[in-house]
Amino acid sequence: MDTTRPPRAGAHRTRRAEARFGLAAIAPAALLLLIFLVIPTLLAFALSFTNAKLIAQGAPEFVGIQNFQRLLGVEIATVDVERDASGAIERGDDGEPVYPSARELQAEADPVLKKSELGSWQSGDASSKTYLLVGDPIFWKALLNTFLFVIVVVPVQAGLALALALFVNLRMRGSNLFRTVIFIPVVTSMVVVSILWLFMYQRDGLINQVLASVIPGYEFVDWLANPQTALPSIIVMSIWQAVGFHMIIWLSGLQTIPGELYEAARLDGAGAWRRFTSVTWPGLRHTAVFVLITITIAALGLFVQINVMTQGGPLDSTQTLVFHAFTAGYGKQQMGYGSAIAVVFFVLVLTISLIQRRLTREKD
Amino acid sequence: MKFSKPGASVALVAVASLALSACSSPGASSSGPVDVSLWTHAAGNPAEIALIEELTTAFNESQSEYAVSIEDLPQASYNDAIVGAAAAGDLPCILDVDGPVMPAWAYAGYLAPLTVDSAVEESLIGGVKGYYDDTLYSVGLYDAATAIVTRESILSEFGIRVPTVDEPWTGEEFDAALATLQSSGEFENALDMGTGWTGEWYPYAFSPFLQSFGGDLIDRDSFETAEGVLNGPEAIAWGEWWQGLFEQGYVSTKESADRERFAEGTVAMQFNGIWAAKTAADTFDDVLFLPTPDFGAGAKIGAASWQWGISSACENPEAAQAWIDFALQKEWLVRFSNETGNIPATAEAAAESDLFQPGSPYLQFVENSATLALIRPATPAYPVIAKVFEKAAADIMNGADVQRALDAAVDEINADLAANNYYE
Amino acid sequence: MTLRPLGALHRRLWLPVVYWAVGALLLMAFSFPMVFMAVSSLKPDDQIFLDLKTMNAFLPTGDVSLDNYVGVFARVPVAQFLLNSAFTSALVVGLGLVVNSLAGFALTRVRWRGQTVVLGLLIATLIVPFETIAIPMVFLVSRLPWFSIDSAGLQFQEGLMNTYAVQILPFVANAFSIFLFAQYFKSIPRELDEAAMVDGASWWRVYRTIVMPLAGPVVATAAILTFLPVWNAYLWPIMTVQKEDLRPIQVGLQYFFQENVEWGQIMAYTTIITLPVLVMFLLFQRAFVASIASSGVKG
Repeated sequence: MDTTRPPRAGAHRTRRAEARFGLAAIAPAALLLLIFLVIPTLLAFALSFTNAKLIAQGAPEFVGIQNFQRLLGVEIATVDVERDASGAIERGDDGEPVYPSARELQAEADPVLKKSELGSWQSGDASSKTYLLVGDPIFWKALLNTFLFVIVVVPVQAGLALALALFVNLRMRGSNLFRTVIFIPVVTSMVVVSILWLFMYQRDGLINQVLASVIPGYEFVDWLANPQTALPSIIVMSIWQAVGFHMIIWLSGLQTIPGELYEAARLDGAGAWRRFTSVTWPGLRHTAVFVLITITIAALGLFVQINVMTQGGPLDSTQTLVFHAFTAGYGKQQMGYGSAIAVVFFVLVLTISLIQRRLTREKD
Repeated sequence: MKFSKPGASVALVAVASLALSACSSPGASSSGPVDVSLWTHAAGNPAEIALIEELTTAFNESQSEYAVSIEDLPQASYNDAIVGAAAAGDLPCILDVDGPVMPAWAYAGYLAPLTVDSAVEESLIGGVKGYYDDTLYSVGLYDAATAIVTRESILSEFGIRVPTVDEPWTGEEFDAALATLQSSGEFENALDMGTGWTGEWYPYAFSPFLQSFGGDLIDRDSFETAEGVLNGPEAIAWGEWWQGLFEQGYVSTKESADRERFAEGTVAMQFNGIWAAKTAADTFDDVLFLPTPDFGAGAKIGAASWQWGISSACENPEAAQAWIDFALQKEWLVRFSNETGNIPATAEAAAESDLFQPGSPYLQFVENSATLALIRPATPAYPVIAKVFEKAAADIMNGADVQRALDAAVDEINADLAANNYYE
Repeated sequence: MTLRPLGALHRRLWLPVVYWAVGALLLMAFSFPMVFMAVSSLKPDDQIFLDLKTMNAFLPTGDVSLDNYVGVFARVPVAQFLLNSAFTSALVVGLGLVVNSLAGFALTRVRWRGQTVVLGLLIATLIVPFETIAIPMVFLVSRLPWFSIDSAGLQFQEGLMNTYAVQILPFVANAFSIFLFAQYFKSIPRELDEAAMVDGASWWRVYRTIVMPLAGPVVATAAILTFLPVWNAYLWPIMTVQKEDLRPIQVGLQYFFQENVEWGQIMAYTTIITLPVLVMFLLFQRAFVASIASSGVKG
């Protein structure tokens, strides 16, 4: 902000008027955001410390951090192998050593905070087994899937969008048409897009038919019914839907780079690749930060596609944080617990955004 | 609670504005019948909504005190709409509710008990009466039922016995039939279970198989635990059978939502509801509707469809009750059955219905409903149980370890019960 | 060196070929679901499934008719829903342009205390997904005081449930749109304001007569960005609007998810709800693209 203007006569009064106008101008937006965003978010925070049910009798009870204990609870427990009277290791019908199960370990736990097995390791001599116990296994799977989604979608979508922007920016005949068509999915409702792709991903759907006509000996895949392919299928569709938006943003960045820079590079004998690395990419720095942050935030909030297409399945392979919060809060009507998931989600996204901002700022 | 401060000031303004609006409309209720609001889930279902409209018009004309007005909402989001309205304290007087969800609403205080004439109550079939805590909260004007649908020609071609309610297929017979049909190579899958329908279909359609094995969703004596019931040996046996259906390819894990494959002839049998019976009967003249198999604890199917209740916010409960009593007259029960294709709510109505005359193939649904139907557990925890069971069944279908999937389901149900003080 | 002209000639020959090949591939990849949707909306269900197995899925072949559309109109009050959505969207876009541009103006060209705090909060609001706060929001809006005007005059009421307002107000302020305005306003030289102020213009006049007239292209973008969320609103109206005559267009989609799914009708309905957005986009796209380009997202 420019604060070095020389003081003028009556500057104090105009300063006050300026401040008054500033507040008045921001007020409508601020008030609306307060009512429709900030207060509901604070309410969600408050609810996360209660056992509120969506449909319930009476007022919710304050339960302290119980929801967070259940959500984030992690414990590592080691058990010794079962031995018979002679001290020899007991073995099951399949010849594997027998250990007390994770569920037996937790038999006495408070039913709300009971933990279940997320993974386990046997010691080398099979004398003991270590369990990783968590309060809410779906949360951890959702967390993992959300990160997987972000890690793939952010670079691929950003990269593809840049490639498309460079392509459209060639400004040859037809580039307007290509740009428009690539952008159409962006303006289409995600619910509609998800219904369409649901159709196309079916076993006898279009994607399989097209692949079968291209690849000889192709075996049909039930894209959304297979735990290995469900998340990748959603990733492909999500990128398809949103890539046009970021293409336009890259395009805008490209168009701010002065043409003279390219001319100069060309005169220096720089090839296409060289021109990209020394002129285009440096010129896109700020655009890149913007693209990175917006894709990350959007990807972390993955929800509609899951809700319409897979409901988190098969075998939790498409569970995500927002979907988990939604299922808990609405489907299971556990509003308090759903709010706790939402709060953890907010904190996570905020942290990631701050880290991204810090990283991109330091490089400047 | 923490957030009561802004709430208080908002409430203050609200009270003020309420007082204002009370002043400004003094003569609104001086003349004409009292308006009574009614919500139904039937939007997008032309046959049912037309009938509800006709019924309501007839009711309004039959007396001059009340005028019932209808708001129809789409079924797929009906529960969300109710929850929104309840959060806003904005529930209508008369509303319909999906049978198994009713206890949650009654427990939450959304619903007021019904006072149906005891002779009428007596005459209604079990599946249309919604009891919670020994109190009648909802009644249906019809019930749905499920059956196994196939063709006589298919069964005779493969030498498969036609089962009856008295002598249903045993589990082994059923599995052998599936194996025969699958290995014949004439079908992509032996059976379509509608696995692509998510939501309430899973507990409604599939938990009766669990119950036929001797398991259940919750211990129905105490309603305080699912331990040993949903993960005991009987439940494990069900889970292994269920998983086997998909492993052996008898059933597809991702049946598409239109369920056209039986009509196309690419599956030999279909497990479906009465709402699909007409399509099947129109397609094949040798269609058969059959009882479900008995896996040891008796053949079972689900019961209870949409039912009517009175909200506790209703200012004219006697009007709402009058509408319900009016709807429970035989002529309307007959028409609901005729026009929506569902099972009539009383035996007298069944006797006069078009669809369920002696010799009709549809009669099997009535028989299934009368002898095999089991209501889903009447507990406020049902919405949680339904979601948890849906996930467990889907996970097992997709290859999860049966014991672990069911243990996880039990733990989650028990956690919800404990977190809510067992809904006392 | 002697090879260079030859290389250039070569390039001039193959470049358009590659360009069009890539372009055609892109056209197919990005338009085929929409084409499939529009084409299927004209076919009966069994043919949709039959055609899935061949290229006919993209062609209006076979038993083509408007039957699905007739069915849609019989089932859903399409005209009423379209009108409702058009009305709420128009108001959101209109109000949003004023509210968001004023906010953008206040954040970039006017100095006042607390500016940085508000900017920080604005960024934070971008990360809250609607699904996670919907219930507290319903709770809140159902208790807000509101008014209505009917035959009895001005009436006050508690709660915005079952009003157009509840479908409009939450969508008006849009953090992203505020950013776009702010970015754009930053690029307009400050000297313009100062010159006008010396001439005695008020801040309001500076905003109205100097800055906004220059903001043409960004207005198009902000319009589309505020239009899309209202037009596509789905969960929110389900929870807050139970009266059929107030319902928006997306909710109508729910009418088709019955026990017997008719895909042809669903395709017809999705075509109906997608068309207005496409038309709006095509009308605005030149200004839209230009505005992002000129606002330049310069960070």
